[in-house]
Amino acid sequence: MNGIVIVGGGQAGHQLAVSLRAEGYDRPITIVEAEPQLPYQRPPLSKDFLTANDGTLDLAFVELGQYAEDRIEVLAGVRVALIDRAHREVVLDSGRRLAYDQLVLATGARARRPGVRGSTLDGVHTLRSLADAQRLRTKLSHVANVVVVGGGFIGLEFASSAAQIGSRVIVLESGPRILRRSVSTHAAEFLTSEHIAHGVAIETHAVPTEFLGRNVNVTGVRLEGGSTLAADLVVVGIGVEPNVELATDAGLEVDQGVVVDEQLRSSDDRIYAIGDVAWFKSDFAPGRGRVESVQNAVDQARCLARTLTGVPTGYHDLPWFWSQQAGHRLQIAGISTAADAVRLRPTEDPSKFSVFCYRADRLVAIESVDQPRIHMQARRLLAARISIPIERVAEPELDLAAELEAHEGLLAR
Amino acid sequence: MQIQLDHAKCVASGQCVQAAPHVFDQDDDGIVTLVPGNHDAESTAVKLAVRVCPTRVISVAE
Repeated sequence: MNGIVIVGGGQAGHQLAVSLRAEGYDRPITIVEAEPQLPYQRPPLSKDFLTANDGTLDLAFVELGQYAEDRIEVLAGVRVALIDRAHREVVLDSGRRLAYDQLVLATGARARRPGVRGSTLDGVHTLRSLADAQRLRTKLSHVANVVVVGGGFIGLEFASSAAQIGSRVIVLESGPRILRRSVSTHAAEFLTSEHIAHGVAIETHAVPTEFLGRNVNVTGVRLEGGSTLAADLVVVGIGVEPNVELATDAGLEVDQGVVVDEQLRSSDDRIYAIGDVAWFKSDFAPGRGRVESVQNAVDQARCLARTLTGVPTGYHDLPWFWSQQAGHRLQIAGISTAADAVRLRPTEDPSKFSVFCYRADRLVAIESVDQPRIHMQARRLLAARISIPIERVAEPELDLAAELEAHEGLLAR
Repeated sequence: MQIQLDHAKCVASGQCVQAAPHVFDQDDDGIVTLVPGNHDAESTAVKLAVRVCPTRVISVAE
């Protein structure tokens, strides 16, 4: 009767606990979370949380008391020191031991820190946790020059929010364009021009070599080539590192995440991993990988809840993502990494479009900007493994709903 | 009290439908809609839906 211990109270850990109860799991459930508050939403941290006027945006997934009602114990502000696999126990920093029937690692990832000089100056931030966002929220009201390092989702969402508040914002991207690993060139070029129209400057091929400071405070950024930019706030969004240390120390198989099988089980059959930290083989990507998204956290948690309640279930869900920046809603269905061909499907309005991405002549992802219908159809098409020939993408008469219906009709026959 | 929806922010996560299936639905675009009928905007299920929406689409106001 030891129950399930979940290390990490992010989206995945929270969802797993809730889904286990929904599936009828009756033994103890304990979430151990290093951060000091109840499990909360991360997506708003780079968006609404920074710009909302009232400052009272409460991001907790559930109201205080709900976990107790569901008999879910949440140990917040508590770190796990190690996993004692032989005794099936986790050892907390305090020395307390928690025995488990099954252990789930939902430890997530942490923001990668920059390696350049001056990174420890006051005013140089990363954005991952509620505490990070609270600090930035406070500072944004009285800074003039913001430099964002990294033209990925977090950096650009933060840049949008900062510009909305009234700061002067420059995004430094080391490569030739923003969102290099996430979206097509067309979508990236469109968003670049929209960011500029919203007052965010974007510098490509811009590599910071040093953060400059006076006393302890950041005052600027020096770039490769020697030029400098004034900055009283620097936000670094250069990706994340998975929190694999517990798994590594416990001798579990670890690659660029905790290696799990189709049922999200690690190399120890009592230990599972879900969410950002899981290194798995997706049906929708070549090779193994980690997927950092709400969808992945939620769907893996739901899948694992079934396995842990006696219905062994493989994880096969379609990845999808979204971002809000420069006033637009970007939605992506599928994984476009390693796409070798893309085709634009325009609309009469150049600010609304979708991009179909192909790998080896097969549709693997659809990006859409302010086209929620296309996005939903894309999710259904890709989940059903339907490919649209690339030469048809730009045809005005192409009707994705009809393609779906035709496919479903074939299945029903 | 009334349930208000900021449709432009909805990304079709479906979390609200999981939290309060009698109150929320998704249209063909995946965008949140209200199930026809009268809803108690202060019910536990609606409060949960407000919280679990990742893009803060749902609010309850006078």
